[in-house]
Parts: sequence; C-alpha cells; structure tokens
Amino acid sequence: MGNVCTLSAVELCQALRKGEVSSRALTRAYLERIDALEPKLQAFLTLTPDLALQQADLADQVLFEWRKDTARLLPPLTGLPIVIKDLLCQRGVRTTCGSRILENFIPPYSATAVQRLLDAGVVTLGKTNTDEFAMGSSTENSAYQITRNPWNLTRVPGGSSGGSAAAVASAMAPLALGTDTGGSVRQPAAFCGVTGLKPTYGRVPRYGLIAYGSSLDSVGVLARSAADAAMLFQHMAGYDPLDASAMDVPVPRYSLQDKRDMRGLRIGVPEQYFITGIQHEVEQAVRNAITAMQGLGAEVVEISLPHTKYALPVYYLIAPAEASANLARYDGVRFGLRVDDPNMTALTRKSRGAGFGPEVKRRIMLGTYALSAGYYDAYYGQAQKVRTLIKQDFEKAFEQVDVIAAPVTPSTAFKIGEHNEDPLAMYLEDVFTLPANLAGVPGLAFPVGFDGEGLPIGMQLMGRHFDEQTLLQAAHTYQLFTDWHTRRPEF
Amino acid sequence: MNYLADIGLEVHAELATRSKMFCACPVVDPALAQPNQAVCPVCLGLPGTLPVVNQQAVEFGLRVALALDCTIAPVSIFARKNYFYPDLPKGYQISQYEEPLAEHGILPIRTPQGVRNIRIRRVHLEEDTGKLTHVLADGEAYSLVDLNRAGVPLLEIVSEPDLHTVEEVRVYAESLRSLLCTLGVNSGDMEKGAIRFEANVSIRPAGSSDLGTRVEIKNLNSFKAMERAVAYQIGQQARLLDAGKAVEQETLGWDADREVTYSQRSKEEAHDYRYFPEPDLPPLGVEAAQVERIRQNLPELPFALQERLIQQYGISAEEAHLLSVDGNLANYFESCVRLAEDMPARIVLNWITGEVFAWMNQTGESIQQIKVPPEALIGLLNEVQQKIVNLNTAKSIMSEMLQSGQTAQVIIQQKGLQQVTDSNLIAAMVKEVLAAHPDEVKAYLDGKETLANWLFGQVMRRAGGKADPHMIRTELESQLKNMTKNTLRREGEK
Ligand SMILES: [Zn+2]
Repeated sequence: MGNVCTLSAVELCQALRKGEVSSRALTRAYLERIDALEPKLQAFLTLTPDLALQQADLADQVLFEWRKDTARLLPPLTGLPIVIKDLLCQRGVRTTCGSRILENFIPPYSATAVQRLLDAGVVTLGKTNTDEFAMGSSTENSAYQITRNPWNLTRVPGGSSGGSAAAVASAMAPLALGTDTGGSVRQPAAFCGVTGLKPTYGRVPRYGLIAYGSSLDSVGVLARSAADAAMLFQHMAGYDPLDASAMDVPVPRYSLQDKRDMRGLRIGVPEQYFITGIQHEVEQAVRNAITAMQGLGAEVVEISLPHTKYALPVYYLIAPAEASANLARYDGVRFGLRVDDPNMTALTRKSRGAGFGPEVKRRIMLGTYALSAGYYDAYYGQAQKVRTLIKQDFEKAFEQVDVIAAPVTPSTAFKIGEHNEDPLAMYLEDVFTLPANLAGVPGLAFPVGFDGEGLPIGMQLMGRHFDEQTLLQAAHTYQLFTDWHTRRPEF
Repeated sequence: MNYLADIGLEVHAELATRSKMFCACPVVDPALAQPNQAVCPVCLGLPGTLPVVNQQAVEFGLRVALALDCTIAPVSIFARKNYFYPDLPKGYQISQYEEPLAEHGILPIRTPQGVRNIRIRRVHLEEDTGKLTHVLADGEAYSLVDLNRAGVPLLEIVSEPDLHTVEEVRVYAESLRSLLCTLGVNSGDMEKGAIRFEANVSIRPAGSSDLGTRVEIKNLNSFKAMERAVAYQIGQQARLLDAGKAVEQETLGWDADREVTYSQRSKEEAHDYRYFPEPDLPPLGVEAAQVERIRQNLPELPFALQERLIQQYGISAEEAHLLSVDGNLANYFESCVRLAEDMPARIVLNWITGEVFAWMNQTGESIQQIKVPPEALIGLLNEVQQKIVNLNTAKSIMSEMLQSGQTAQVIIQQKGLQQVTDSNLIAAMVKEVLAAHPDEVKAYLDGKETLANWLFGQVMRRAGGKADPHMIRTELESQLKNMTKNTLRREGEK
C-alpha cells in the first residue's frame, strides 16, 4: 500500500478487515505524520502514542481472530485511528478544555460518545486543541497554543474544534471528534476544507462533553467526506440513560447510496444568509454548489428565516448564561487548579482568577449579568422567547423544503491575531452557524471551493430534527461529482 | 401593646429513597458511613457529568403533595440556584423555582384551641448539599468536605404565614413530621438531620391586618431549637416595636448555646441566586394516571387518624395526637383493642402511654422494635383481668416482657407469680397480721383510719405481693369490723 494516511476512513476499515494493513502499521504511520507536522500545526494538546499502540495491537488480535472465523462479531471500527477534541472526557487521559484550570484533570470516565467509539474498536491518538471551554472561533483562545491552518500557516483553523479540523485536513488523523455549540464543528471544517457534522441536539449523548452552553452543545464529527463522517456518527448516536436530554429516537443505518442524482430533494435558500459584507468568493462558491445540485435534479426554493438577525444576540445571552453556571464548579476545591488561601472564598476567587483566560471571564460576566435579579426578564427571559421564534422559522421552512443551504462563514479563514482587539468581530464569525444550535437542528458543512488565496470555502446544509441522513446523502452525492473534499494542503 | 405573630415554616425533608436525586449513589446513614464513601462523578460535580432524575423521589414528592391536598403541576421545571460554597460541588443547586412540583395545599392541625387549616404554599424537589466540618488542630484551621449527603433528594414544603403561636408552630411541625413518616418517605430522624426547618417570623399590632416586616431564621434542626428561636424572635420584635423602633428585614441564625438569634445577612446583602431553568433536565411531566394511582394508595393520614381515634374510642385529643404521631403506634393500639374484646380501650391506652412509652423513651426502640406485640400485651392484661396477677405484679412482668420478649404466661409460670386468690389463705394472713400488730389495730379502732392502708400493705407483704388486693381489702375490712363489734360488746359487758 502507498501512503495509508491518504486513504479515506471507509477505505481504511476495509483494508484493516482484509488484512492489507495492520492497525499497528496504520497507527504508526499516523503517529509519524503527527511527529512531522505537529511542530508546524500545533493541533494536539495531548498525544497518547503508547495507549494508541496498545489499542492497535489489541485490534490486530481481534482482526486476526475474526479473519479465522468471519461469522464472529467484529466491532465495526476495529483498528481505526481517531483523535478527540480536548473538551470530551476520555478515561485516564488528561482532559484540559484548553484551560489552565483543568491543566492536570484526568477524568475517571469517558464521554458516552468516546466510550461508544472505543467499544466499536477505534484507536485514539490524542486530544486536540480547542478554544478554552469551546469559547471562540479561531482556537486562539486556547490557554496552551495556537493551532495553524494547514492551508496557510498564518491563518487560524477556525474554532473551537480547530485542533480536530487541522488534524483531519493535514491527514494527521482520518477522523476527529469535535463539539459544536454555536458552529464549533462547522466553522473550522469550512476553514480547513473538511466535512463537519453537527448532529441534532440530543442525538449524540452529551455525557462527558464538558459543558459550555448545555442547551446548545452537541458532539460532532470532522471527516474528509460525508461518507466517512456518516461511518463515525453511526456509532455515536442514540439514547443514553446518563443524559436526560439525549432523546430516545431510533437511529437509522446511515448507509449512503452512490446515488448520482438529487431528484426529489427540495433545497431552501434563505435570503438572510446572503447578506452584504459576505466575501464575494464565498457567496459565489456556495451559489455554484447550489446550482450544481439543481443540475442534479434538486429543486431550489427561495425561503425566509426572518429572525436570523436575532440569533447572534440571543446566542450571546443564552450560551454565556448557561456557561456562567456550568463553570461555577471550577472552584479549586475538588479538582483542577488550586491557588491556596486559608480563606475559602479567597481560595475560589484566586483559583478562578488564575485558571480562566480573558474570553472565559468575559462570558462568565456576560452570563452572570444576564441572569441577575432585575435583568433576567429583559435579557435571558427575552432571549428564550426569541429563541422560540427562531425555532419556529425553521419549522415553517421545513414544511416547504427538505434541507436549507447556506454559507458556513461570511469569509474564509482569517489571519492569526486579526480579531485580537475586537471580540465582537470574532463573535460575528458565527453568525451563520448559531441559528442551527438555537433551533437544535442538524447542520453539515463541506467544502465547495477555494478563494483566490487558496483557502477553502465551506457550505452548510441544515435539516429537520433527527434527519442527519438527508444531509449526509446530499453531501455524499455532491462529493461523488466534485473533488473539493479530496484536495489536500501541501507541506 | 398586644401583638399577633405571623409565622411560616419552610421544611426540608430528606426523602428516604435508595439512591440520590440525580445519580445512582446510595443514600447512606451519616452516622455509619465513611466520609465521601457514597460519591460518584455526578454528585462530585466533575466536568461533563449530567443529572438524571430519580423517579422514586418524584413519586415520594407526589405522595406528600397529594397528602397535603396540593394541586400537582402536570409539568414542573428544575432550576439552577447559583452560589459558591465548598459543600456545593457544581456551584449551583438543582432545585425548583418558578414552576414547582405542587402548590396550594392544606395541612389541618389540632391545638387545644381547636382545628386549624394551615395553607401550604408549595412543595418542590431539590438536592441536598454536602457537609463541611471546620477543624482547628495544632493551631491550624481548615475545613473538611464530606459529599455523602450531596445530591440526596430533599422535599421542600413551604407554608403560608398562617401560624400565630409557638404552640401552633410546634404542632404544625410535629404533624408534618408524622405525615412524612406515615407516608414512608422520611425517616423522621431529626438528630441525623432528616428534617430541617427555617421559620419566617413577623408580628403586627393585634387588630391590624397588614403583616409586619419579617425575618428568616435558618438552620433550625430540632423542634426545641425552632420553638425557642421563634419565641425569642417574637419577644425581640415586640420589644423593638414597643420601643418605637422598626424590625429590620434580615436573615438570622440561631445560637443554641446562648439561646439568641444572630444576624447572618441584611436585606442588602441578600444573595442573588440567579435562578434559571436547568438546561440539563427536560421539564418534569407527571401523568394524570400516576397522580391518581398515588392518590388511591395513600394510607390513612395522621390528622384523619387522630380525629377517628377521638370519635371511635372516646379518648382525648391529646392522647389521640400521641398515638397518631406514628401510624404504627395507632396501629398497635388498635390491634390491642381488637384483641382485647370486652376490655375498655382506656385500659389498653393507659398501658401503651404508660409502660410502653416509658420503655421506648428509655431505650429509643420504636413501636415496631419492642419485643411485646399486641397479642402479648393483651395476654398480660387478660391475666390481670382474670385476677391471676395483680396490677403491680403485672407491671413488673411487663418490664420483663419488654426486656426478654417472653410472654406473661411463661414469666408467671417460671416465677410462680400467680396471685393468691384462696380466700381461706388470705383470711389466715389477715388474721396473723392483725394479731402481730395489736397497737396499730387498737389505734385504728380508736379512729385512726389511715392505718387501714398500712395494715393492707403488711398483708400484701406477707403474701409476697401476689395476693388479690381487692380480696385483701374486703377480708381486712370484715375482720376489723368484727373486732370493732367485739370490742363494743366487751365494753357493753363491763
Ligand atoms: Zn453520585
């Protein structure tokens, strides 16, 4: 076999089964690639090569036994390497959330999504960089390091799942787990030219996902293609008795057909997502993709999501409000960073002061304010009402169409440091991705072109609650005809 | 000036579920468990963990709410109550705020002044906090955190300020405690903190209809502390108003050693808990069918039981209250009465409130733990009624029964405690005693009638305490009367 790192995850699973490559060889190949590229990209906060090789050896044994008797049950992803955003707990592996306050936190449990993949046989290479507690759109808010965009090392990879996106784009891993609270899977997928799925809220259990905005957080996938994403997602989805918000909705088999047309698919194009200020090449690439889909038989319908403009302020009230409570547990008492003081209150104050970065502190203050007596109704209460209107926008739209197509971001990857002085400009990066989180609907980002500087452009499809299948199938069909998703950055 | 007090109680009752409110950890006895023995990532508040509602706690909460005749919310909402304290692992307590489990109930109570219906404002579910122990050892001060209790289900029951006297406060609290015990949702063990109180107290000039400024007294962990603290505050507020001063709205603690309240927080320092709906838990839906099933299966409640005991057995309100505090007690009483057939209920009651209560107080045993079941008690009472033993002997037999669990019959047999009912024998003993104490007999015959009792005692002593007292008395009277006649006759002959 040539360079195994260039194969898709679906192909790798087949090769592992056939014995064309061992999990150990595959894992070593990825670890070597990480060794070579990581100094430039800084995508990982923790690497676990010993654990990975152990898992790989075990996988090879399982595969060996299985090949002797293929009637036996084989865990479907046996031997396949993945990487995990450092916001998801993995038992025995340091999990920092990109924060100093969890610098030495080793969870005694794995997130349900992680555990399900381990049960399915994956090999875990390491934990990827993230904006601190997922608060950011560039991964620059990590307390540890700045991850670079593999397409241009002066650019951000997006965020907060920037480490995962950069790892997949640079083929340091075939697949990665991310989390998406306001676009944190889709936006870095778009910036790095990979495929990113944010499932329906409640589709993948949140247990072990370290909370930022609990009513918005979802565990997602970053992959090289819709087919690869579907394969991983298949084994993460479904009801979990440990998560009261994980819904008991049957999980279909996400078997994507090599369908070469899109007849019967109604694509909604919302006017509110094609606004002035959007980078011309981005708009053009997205419109071209929609036209291509129309050419494949899809019906294109102009639609309206009238409350889109409120998504940003609504999100920046609800998410910080929830975060202000979610992050209260970091008090220096039971785990994480402790700055000692004989006075209990001072101990907590000092530990938090030293442990949290500026963006986290900003959002805790925003959220605390929004929930305060006398302001609750005007801010948090009002935001919840408008959130309902945004949900209703989607419900109405999905009476007319099957999916909604839109750009993921107003522009391609921006320069590192570009938004340092202006948090609001950074918040605006998420303007197209926030509504799906507020409505709880699934969203899938995938590459549809490149701009003049060679930076990838992404498009997103949003779908009905629990209808990830339609999104994945549409993107898959599109990817049968296009090669944007197969292009790789040069190093 | 005369004042009327308006007092409301907030009662926190631990629910006696097997596991905690939001995780699978067992609820453990604080007296027996090692610190931080019953904890898991969820109740430790480790990052990434999520709460899941304990359905048994919901069931228990509904049981109480229905017993209090509340309106059950078809959908209630959990909320986060935010504050920092090392005994609160998540930095917020999951509670219920705007939409509680149930509202608008009634708890009837009976005081010497009659029956009053105390309105219940709300009943809601929440989780308990952990426990801090402040240590000062070798000149070093530090705090220890035990999270065994963190996440134990609590039911908060809030009354309207309908209570006006310390006595009403006590009766209300006792009534609520016995309700919780009867429903099987709480251990009733106040010493282990299974029930905790907070009182809000205000006073107003008699005749005024506007409530006064109220203070809240926190952390009252016994009936006694609650009564003293409320009484203290009523007095304190009356002194303030009499002196033309105003009552400050504040939160108080109770210093049980000095028996005074002390200020914890003024109105300005009051916490802003920033309640908001708990995003980790969907709204709690309660099916009408579930409510109906629970309602159907409610046991007889203490107040109804108390009223029935008064009616049915003609006992006093106070006695009925004593019995209905614990449904098992009333059950014991009624089983005895049923077995006793034609024995008056009063006799049975006296034995229960006398010997049995004394034993329970002394040993701490509950009515279910004592070694004398109703059959055994009635067995003893039958021996008394059939004059096999007298009352005093019966009492010492009872004390032995309570200790050993033997039946009265066995003890009587083994110790030969059968009462002497042979009239010849008794007559002989009386005769001997009279012959042995001629001076006392003479004094009696000269009119010192109180000596009859002394002579009775002498006969009983000679009989080893086992003779039928009634027969002794009759025989004694008859022999003394004869002596009187003889004396008179002799005097007439002179
Ligand atoms: Zn627990």
